[in-house]
Amino acid sequence: MRALLKVFAKEFLENLRDRRTLISALVFGPLFGPILFGAMVSRMLNQSLVESDEPLKITLSGAEHAPNLVSFLESHGVTLVFTALTEAAARVTVKRGTTAVVLIVPDDYAPRFAAALPAPLLLVADSSDSQTRKIAERLRALLGGYGSGIAQLRLQVRGVDPLLAVPVAVNEIDVTTPAGRAVVVLGFMTYFVLFSVLMGGLYLAIDSTAGERERGSLEALLSLPVARSALVGGKILATCAYMCLSLAINLTAFVFVFRFVPLERLGMSANLGAGTALEFFAICLPFVPLGAALMTFVASFTRSYREAQTYLTSVLLVPTLPIAFASIYSLKTKSALMFIPSLSQHLLMTSVLKDEPIAPLDVLVSAGSALGIALLLIVLTARHWRRETMLG
Amino acid sequence: MIEAAALCKSFGTVQAVRDVSFGAADGEITGLLGPNGAGKSTTLRMLYGVLTPDSGSARIDGLDIRGETSSARAHLGVLPHSAGLYANLTARENIEYFGSLHGIAHAALEARLQELVRALDMASFIDRRAKGFSQGQRIKTALARALIHSPANLILDEPTNGLDVMAIRNLRDILRDLRSQGRCILFSSHVMQEVAALCDRVVIIGGGSVLAEGTLESIRGRTRAASLEEAFLHILGASEGIA
Repeated sequence: MRALLKVFAKEFLENLRDRRTLISALVFGPLFGPILFGAMVSRMLNQSLVESDEPLKITLSGAEHAPNLVSFLESHGVTLVFTALTEAAARVTVKRGTTAVVLIVPDDYAPRFAAALPAPLLLVADSSDSQTRKIAERLRALLGGYGSGIAQLRLQVRGVDPLLAVPVAVNEIDVTTPAGRAVVVLGFMTYFVLFSVLMGGLYLAIDSTAGERERGSLEALLSLPVARSALVGGKILATCAYMCLSLAINLTAFVFVFRFVPLERLGMSANLGAGTALEFFAICLPFVPLGAALMTFVASFTRSYREAQTYLTSVLLVPTLPIAFASIYSLKTKSALMFIPSLSQHLLMTSVLKDEPIAPLDVLVSAGSALGIALLLIVLTARHWRRETMLG
Repeated sequence: MIEAAALCKSFGTVQAVRDVSFGAADGEITGLLGPNGAGKSTTLRMLYGVLTPDSGSARIDGLDIRGETSSARAHLGVLPHSAGLYANLTARENIEYFGSLHGIAHAALEARLQELVRALDMASFIDRRAKGFSQGQRIKTALARALIHSPANLILDEPTNGLDVMAIRNLRDILRDLRSQGRCILFSSHVMQEVAALCDRVVIIGGGSVLAEGTLESIRGRTRAASLEEAFLHILGASEGIA
């Protein structure tokens, strides 16, 4: 135990002095997620706010053929820019992006409208641009409203009950709570949290195994009167310490980011205060030794820093698999799933975010299975270190 | 005292060491001399217990390196072929790390470190990080690391590799000094002059077997060669059928 602590202290100190380890473990790993996340969510928010708040601005050609439509649009708060464009010219300006959406009223609109025949309107928009697509959608909805208003009037004039033309009335009931709606947006946040846990220990796991071998210090270390399990234990413990630091920085950054991302304006509430962050930390804590043991185990088989890096970057993707699986099949929190590490952490964190009650047994199973697999991997790593092939 | 008894070791189909037996006595420097690939490193690695022999045994001061690993290792200092240091630690921290893993208490460790800094003339770089060390400084640090627990026996695997002439002379003085303290020193080399300049006894190894063993004089006398170099070539040649 004394030797284990000595190994831990040395690995911790040595890597504290290594710029590469520090940047990866305590800056890039933990901050990557919150920054990317904050940027993405604010952009999404800005876009949807633009959608509902800003008045529509439409370029209209041939307004003289449809004075009634013009006054309808204006009364619905649409800012109209009057021009005279041919269809071809409209295509060009929209394609260039100089105007977002052009509405053309053709010459035959007025006679056909008067004759109660379908009167043509031309809507020119670029549907590959999400901004103009939204403007076009809003305009389409307005035009649809105008059309059904006219239709009702025509039926009434002919003595027909307009309700005959409305055979079904669909009422939507959305049962998501504000927090539940936020979960859709926050779904992938849990992966960023697990990613930061692994990134925190990545370089230390490499440095303390493949790095030790590449530097040529391994043989001297192995010839000391110290149990190999103490060496492995100390190294994994140091890796765990960096992973915990990374996790703490990551969660702090998330709390900070959520303070500045106005999710409430979308009718969502994100439950990420200091209390939730602490719960997240507790949920992820059993995942720490598992990740550390897994990375140390894999890195122990590699011959060089570079080789270890190659294998461990794929280990970084391992926790995505169950999470991706969960979102494809939209898995709900179930006790049986608590045996699967990374998935169980994901589900528990999601439940915390959704403000759902969490069964204490689920937490125990999640922690127990992660710690159990961690222990198994530690034993396997120590056994590998006792082999002479360890020397390389 | 270091004893090898009928050591054998194969890697797959390659028999690296076959039936190697020899002894290295206290107060003497024993040289393990042989060309590259002769089995020197494999033999030494079995002696300090990082390789398990297929058969045979190795004893340090009478302690079996397999059965009584910890106590045998406590009697042994090792400077492996690749004596790498931790670049982000100072020389002092590198040495203290190994000392603490030997279980030496802090006060005793400091005292012993002071001794080694003086003996190996390390004062100028002891508190510098190992990152920019010269090969000489690196070897000194690794040697101090191997000596921190005052072992009665010392194994060095090609310690002069990559050293300049001054550093080699320096290392020789240090090893002679350790001999005069009554320690048992076993080192390997493929450089004949190295062995001739330093060793009391030589074990010549080739093709995984001991070809000759004895004092420098006795080996030269036995082959009736004019110089040790000729004797060495004669012995190796005989084993490979080119003499």
